[in-house]
Amino acid sequence: MGRWAIAVHGGAGVDPNLPPERQDQAKKLLTRCLNLGVSALRSSSSSSSAIDVVELIVRELETDPTFNSGRGSALTEKGTAEMEASIMDGSGRRCGAVSGVTTVKNPVSLARLVMDKSPHSYLAFSGAEEFAKQQGVEMVDNEYFITEDNRGMLKLAKEANTIMFDYRIPITGMESCGAGVESPIQMNGLPISVYAPETVGCVVVDSEGRCAAATSTGGLMNKMTGRIGDSPLIGAGTYACELCGVSCTGEGEAIIRSTLAREVAAVMEYKELGLQEAVDFVIKERLDQGKAGLIAVSSKGEVAYGFNSVGMFRGCATEDGFMEVGIWE
Amino acid sequence: MNCMMKLFELSLHGGTGDIPLTLPLERRQPREAALRCCLEISVSALKSNHSPLDVVELVKTIRTSMLVERGSILTSNGTVEMEACITEGNKTVELFLGVEIVNSSHFITLENTERLKQAKEANRVQKTPVPNEDSQLGTVGCVAVDSHGILAATTSTSGLVNKMVGRIGDTPVIGAGTFANHLCAVSATGKGEAIICATVAREVATLMEYKGLSLKNAAAYIVEECAQKGTAGLVAVSASGEMTMPFNTTDMFRACATEDGNTEVGRWHSV
Repeated sequence: MGRWAIAVHGGAGVDPNLPPERQDQAKKLLTRCLNLGVSALRSSSSSSSAIDVVELIVRELETDPTFNSGRGSALTEKGTAEMEASIMDGSGRRCGAVSGVTTVKNPVSLARLVMDKSPHSYLAFSGAEEFAKQQGVEMVDNEYFITEDNRGMLKLAKEANTIMFDYRIPITGMESCGAGVESPIQMNGLPISVYAPETVGCVVVDSEGRCAAATSTGGLMNKMTGRIGDSPLIGAGTYACELCGVSCTGEGEAIIRSTLAREVAAVMEYKELGLQEAVDFVIKERLDQGKAGLIAVSSKGEVAYGFNSVGMFRGCATEDGFMEVGIWE
Repeated sequence: MNCMMKLFELSLHGGTGDIPLTLPLERRQPREAALRCCLEISVSALKSNHSPLDVVELVKTIRTSMLVERGSILTSNGTVEMEACITEGNKTVELFLGVEIVNSSHFITLENTERLKQAKEANRVQKTPVPNEDSQLGTVGCVAVDSHGILAATTSTSGLVNKMVGRIGDTPVIGAGTFANHLCAVSATGKGEAIICATVAREVATLMEYKGLSLKNAAAYIVEECAQKGTAGLVAVSASGEMTMPFNTTDMFRACATEDGNTEVGRWHSV
């Protein structure tokens, strides 16, 4: 019997001036999710498999408006929520993903259905919504996902002169961005106080040594409609195999170009690195100029995380009683 | 002894799958002619010092015009949805995701409407091979390397016959159907779902980097060991000018050219 382990994240790239109440709120949510996952893993019911637990936890994160997924998603330039998610079952390397969903209450569950109940691995936009209807999943109006907070953030993002497609081009006029505090840190071309990526994810290894991973997001604030990021891309934002499960967050382009999640598994497999070494290597060597973070578990019951951004909301727990929630280094 | 590195290498595929050995001449020839045409245009572009990225993009344009003649794969709704991707080693990746095409009637042919009908009747999405049926998967890809070792790859497709509306395959997913870095450029084709899970295109580069395999051995390993039989093929070039076009299906339409004038348009395992 192997050892279980779980990790969750709420996004890489955190405003160092984030008000303490918001930091506490985030940590409480991460703790609650960890506890939920831990009790599921401890139980001997059939729903304690890695794939079931990652779905359960990401559903919880989507339902809570704190982070950028499901309810509380970042808004498109049109003020709507357009969400994407992916999930992967390490045993059998099966996967499912959705993009451009606007009325599905829990995108990660739809991704799971794509994996289990459709002949495909990835569905998007109207096709995904149609499939959701057929499957009878819970559907809601797009309004459900939109919070006042995010309406405000969208306004700021527009004032800060929109998302740059090439995040390496510095934006001018930051002083007009309207945020209460100045911050020289940028991600994806926006000051960090506005950017707040907050994609969510969960990775689990269960007591049978099976790994799974899932990632869910509303994407970039003020994004064009139809924009797809790294979160639904298998190999980039999410990956799981016999060796490990990985979920990433941060600057989408950097994650896509480096196929970040797959890279962790690849160096474990081909360079025979241990989990933490693999995570450290990939974060240090594979991101070029990009800022990102990831969480990972191994089939041996280890858990690890790494990030080169300023902060990452995360939590981990292992069977031998270890539990930790953090934001900063 | 002439030790000059080849100025460029170029490789194209026109889809893989179960192309029957009995494919009639009038079905085979247009595709081979199209590949030859792509090859000639690309070769002269590379010879006139166009960048590999421009060349692979050119192939996509040619493909669009090919589609007007040959017809494009149809979704379960009888509409056309295309996906494509282009990438250059060391540079920003561009990712395209075509959704419904305006004037899609340009791409809809009698033949493909009939194929959709058959697939629906058999309640089949083009997944399992049917003996002697021309699966005509229709993905096109191109990889190129120039004398500076700059690599580029592109892939474009309409996907699977009778696919669900909104289905996205491996083609636009970086690392699955398309990938390029400083080591190699890869374009894969076959059963999208299988290629996504195995991150096929990325894997070629991964094996070269971490296991020190040559391009040929890395690609062969992936196609033979990692991807399920009957699901994948790829074309790839390396920064040092190697080229390979392995596949684990019945066949793959493919063509390649090198600067020293060698060109090949191939089918079957004879090439």
